[in-house]
Amino acid sequence: MHATHRLDATFAALADPTRRAILARLASGQASVTELAHPFAMSQPAISKHLKVLERAGLISRGREAQRRPRRLEAKRLAEATKWLDRYRRFWEGRYRRLDALLEQLKTKENKWEC
Amino acid sequence: MGMLKVTTPSDREIVMTRVFDAPRNLVFDAHTKPDLVKRWLLGPPGWSMPVCEIDLRVGGKFRYVWRRDNDGTQMGMGGVYREIEAPERIVNTEKFDEAWYPGEAVDTLLLVERAGRTTLTQTVLYESRAARDAVLKSGMEKGVAASYDRLAELLASTT
Repeated sequence: MHATHRLDATFAALADPTRRAILARLASGQASVTELAHPFAMSQPAISKHLKVLERAGLISRGREAQRRPRRLEAKRLAEATKWLDRYRRFWEGRYRRLDALLEQLKTKENKWEC
Repeated sequence: MGMLKVTTPSDREIVMTRVFDAPRNLVFDAHTKPDLVKRWLLGPPGWSMPVCEIDLRVGGKFRYVWRRDNDGTQMGMGGVYREIEAPERIVNTEKFDEAWYPGEAVDTLLLVERAGRTTLTQTVLYESRAARDAVLKSGMEKGVAASYDRLAELLASTT
């Protein structure tokens, strides 16, 4: 897949909260479809659909054990996609830390006004 | 106060969520009063914000200009307010003077207060997925990168 399309597929895959939760679960070790379906109160076919999206985006892969076919995280691909989001996030976090400091000053001012 | 979350819930959006330890009227003021906005909505280190004009009414305009102090590089943006519900919600358009993405974006700021804390949700909706991804890939740092590129060119031509 072309790099830009791959990144689009990855962003689309990351857009869903269930899929993000699946990735978070896989970050602590590989798991079978049954194990992944368990905490989500979802049917196995529903979970399988999410897994297919993640697989297509290259974010997870399947193990070779014939029965379980455990899914595992492809950390490299995830890192590639989150790099962009993370840079954007760091930029805004810098601004919001300054806003925290400003709000502290404004609160103090407001309290003084009330006293 | 809490971690900033950045997500891409659809093809055309970037959504930021963060909790502030302050009532929402103060968070709203910090987004709408120029003397307050200038104190936090800054660029990367070394940049100042010499222009911050806000005409806070539906149809009113805002204009921000950031300046890199050591070489005078400027980056400007502005837009028009579409909806204002103080102190809860603001919808406005935004466009950079030298936009690296096509079209205008639409920003929605939502402030929800609970037990003295405010959850801020800032959604930016771009005209296309390509525009959204261009912003994610280059971000606000593009202006900085561009001036470094010019410096690199200058150094290359003088050696």
